[in-house]
Amino acid sequence: MNVLEFSEARKAEIADLVTKYPNKQAVLLPALHLAQAEFGYVSDEVIHLVAKTLDVAPSLVQEVATFYSLYNRKPVGDYIIQVCQTLSCALRGAESVIRYLEGKLNVHLGETTADGKFTLVAVECLASCGTAPMFQVTARDYSLNAYYENLTEKRIDEILDELRKRPVRQAAQMTPLTTHSLGGH
Amino acid sequence: MADAPRILLDFLDDDRSWTLESYRKRGGYKALEKALKMEPVQIMEEVKASGLRGRGGAGFPTGMKWSFLAKNDRPKYLVCNADEGEPGTFKDRLLLERDPHKLIEGMIISAFSLGSKKSYVYLRHEFELGFQRMEQAVNEAEAAGLLGDNILGTGFSHHLVNHRGAGAYICGEETGLIESLEGKKGQPRNKPPFPAIQGVFNDPTVVNNVESLAVVPWLINNGGAAYKAVGTEKSPGTKLFSVSGHVKKPGVYEVPLGYPLMDLIDKECGGMLDGMSLKCCIPGGSSVPVLTAEECARANLDYESMNALGTFLGSGGVIVIGEGTCVVDMLANLSRFYAHESCGQCTPCRDGTNWIHKVVDRIEKGGGRRQDLADLLDLSDNIMGKTICALGDAAAMPVIAFIQKYRHEFEEHIEKGRCPYKPEYAVAHAAAGR
Repeated sequence: MNVLEFSEARKAEIADLVTKYPNKQAVLLPALHLAQAEFGYVSDEVIHLVAKTLDVAPSLVQEVATFYSLYNRKPVGDYIIQVCQTLSCALRGAESVIRYLEGKLNVHLGETTADGKFTLVAVECLASCGTAPMFQVTARDYSLNAYYENLTEKRIDEILDELRKRPVRQAAQMTPLTTHSLGGH
Repeated sequence: MADAPRILLDFLDDDRSWTLESYRKRGGYKALEKALKMEPVQIMEEVKASGLRGRGGAGFPTGMKWSFLAKNDRPKYLVCNADEGEPGTFKDRLLLERDPHKLIEGMIISAFSLGSKKSYVYLRHEFELGFQRMEQAVNEAEAAGLLGDNILGTGFSHHLVNHRGAGAYICGEETGLIESLEGKKGQPRNKPPFPAIQGVFNDPTVVNNVESLAVVPWLINNGGAAYKAVGTEKSPGTKLFSVSGHVKKPGVYEVPLGYPLMDLIDKECGGMLDGMSLKCCIPGGSSVPVLTAEECARANLDYESMNALGTFLGSGGVIVIGEGTCVVDMLANLSRFYAHESCGQCTPCRDGTNWIHKVVDRIEKGGGRRQDLADLLDLSDNIMGKTICALGDAAAMPVIAFIQKYRHEFEEHIEKGRCPYKPEYAVAHAAAGR
């Protein structure tokens, strides 16, 4: 069953985290982030690996992995572009940003580009209301997790160009991507 | 603000304000030295005397909250709520990114008063920069002997852990946060028992907002009475207001409580965007009832004035909306938010928020029916006060207020079978079909 294993570095990171809490379960959210960074998304195998690592039931890991919006239960592109769509951003042009990105990337919300580079999603308030419109870009390997604020079409073009040149580590279990929907968002 | 003290935003001119060096230049950690020579109960008395009210949104007196902490031999936890997610609110993020040492100093002093050896800062995972700055600041403070074992040689030890969430508005609710910190779904707990008796890991816990804790060093340096002298009688001190929407200069502003809302918009924020006049304003984060332009003109930013107008100061997230904006569209946006963020635990909220969103969205898209407004008010009534936590009320209040104050706009949508503001319904629905 458990074909996956954490790298030695990740094991050490998790062991260090465990020392900061009175029990192992408290490390579940951070451990799922580490697992997602390592394996690309939270597959069923990842759930079993995390459960085994923290001595908790796989069902508990699954309910946590599906409750929170930042865990991806399906493969995603190299970069997840998360456009804030809540009221303050909507008042300042979030829909235009989404339409522009959909056209530019040739995808709909929730989809990944054919080359596997970008997944486009709309998310709820990121506490960046004063610098709307904005999006957050998260690299699949967590090597980037940044806000891009006060967006214009020109700025979006620049950001996409920068990201296209920037490599992301391929995850061990990743299978080649085609355009498909992202779960969990 | 000319004559009010800068209690929180004293760092804006410093381009490396997050470093220990910068914080020390501004007098940082002097309060900690002073506090560690005080009796823990004296510190709590200063906080009580200040009249500081919780800045997360509920406005409960901070000193009183501390005084509820169980007095037994169980470990005590201090938890900082840095899961800022109330739409329209972005003040805590500013403090985390730009002045992390102020929060950390406030937490160490608070922990000393509460007898806590361990604290957690629960940050929403999206706050990458805030987390990095907090980690760096914790490391600096530990290296300088300000945090960790035997702080400043006094024998008091305290350890602070930055803990990251995973994307869920409900974890800003303090018992949802506690559940999440324990490695579970962030579903709020029934109260009692309150966290002060049985909180995280079943031990007595105080949960305070970032802004509340960041005020504490100032209270120790200047005394609770000095804080009480600012603001109004029942709403003392200054508060951070996050202003967004149709203003020239959106941003975070510190003003004394009782400050006129229109002065915040016109003087601090430079007024409305060119060519726009004020239509309405949501003054305390998206969960509070909207104020019409006429109500805004006589609104002051303190807890009591807001209550007198039937709304709340909340988190101080001021969303300013110009004429030409469709309120049905706005409500469709907000109701989608609450439907998405309902944790699913209580039926009235889980089902009700989704029904509300579906009906408001249908009205905005031109499919409204005569019965819809009565149904929306009935749905809201079936949520209000009937759920474990306040998310249900937060979802219902905007519906009631928008329909009460702008009924004619809803009716116009229903009669015309379309949104009168746009040829095709717009703003919020970009993602409705996802």
